[in-house]
Amino acid sequence: MTAVRLSRVMPVLAAAAILAAAAATVLRAPAPAPGIGGPFELTAHDGRRLSSRDLLGKPFAIFFGFTRCPDICPTTLLDLSRVIAGLGEAASGMHFLFVSVDPEHDTPELLRLYLSSFDPHLTGLTGTPAEIAAVAKAYRAYYEKVPTSDGYTMNHTAVIYLMGADGRFRVTMRAGDPDAEQIAILRQLLAKSGKVGS
Amino acid sequence: MRFSTTATLAAAICAVTLPGSAAHAADYIIKGITISAPWTRATPAGATVAGGFLKIENKGAEADRLIGGSFAKAGSVQIHEMAMDGDVMRMREMAGGLEIKPGAAIELKPKSYHVMFIGLKEPIKEGGPIAGSLVFEKAGKVDVEFEVRPLAAKAPH
Repeated sequence: MTAVRLSRVMPVLAAAAILAAAAATVLRAPAPAPGIGGPFELTAHDGRRLSSRDLLGKPFAIFFGFTRCPDICPTTLLDLSRVIAGLGEAASGMHFLFVSVDPEHDTPELLRLYLSSFDPHLTGLTGTPAEIAAVAKAYRAYYEKVPTSDGYTMNHTAVIYLMGADGRFRVTMRAGDPDAEQIAILRQLLAKSGKVGS
Repeated sequence: MRFSTTATLAAAICAVTLPGSAAHAADYIIKGITISAPWTRATPAGATVAGGFLKIENKGAEADRLIGGSFAKAGSVQIHEMAMDGDVMRMREMAGGLEIKPGAAIELKPKSYHVMFIGLKEPIKEGGPIAGSLVFEKAGKVDVEFEVRPLAAKAPH
């Protein structure tokens, strides 16, 4: 019984593995994850309210972090700043959104100050704890407070989600991968959205 | 090209074998514990935390633990571990400190163990080294200086 099942499944698995490997070389694509993304409304670092509807028409990159993060958040923002610079003019054809998972500490004013150290195409987003919970849920991003002896730190998903101009999930990207690879992924995302840059 | 590769390699080897060479900040020794090359990164504007990194070698006969320290620009210092669990970044305070067994060497580095500087009074800027200290359970306290590297320290461009 098991043997029969295995023999049926194996070719499928092998084909999936080949496909996955092929996709990974180009896009680092995980298995298609239906349901990533969805409507949200948050407060941007300039104080204005920003809803997912405002983003329609341009693809966007969205990722989660917090300013009291000593390592992965600043390095992700720095890596992404370099990648954005590498895109040149084309960068204005999309949005780059950094969503705080620590809204009690990360006010719009603080996000504005923090992002002044990075590429100006980046938009910082925060909100009420309920709004942050809703956007994280929509993106299937995980975050939690971790108590420390004098407060807390955060665990959080550290992947960059790339969304099409229709607001639908396309692929994930990892900061720290070679710049050229990330630039190629973003150019592909822009090209598919009809926003081919220089 | 060839020369610069060789030179870089030579520098790297020197850095490993001669921790006191010019490639490194000062070394510190306290009761069998050797600390080399403490460093931190410049921080983004508004940041109130930073990570401190260093190598610790226990040349003594007993295990010891790094349990805390101080940093001139921070309100407090904790020992943390950061680890990637798939796509999730996990951070935790090592409440009991970080054990260094006899004969063992541990590197506190980005995406791993680090000394967490909490409550920065002002951003860390590139420039001169910043004074601090490290406290070990048995070896006690040692004053050190943290070299300040650029925010992009791991990503030269």
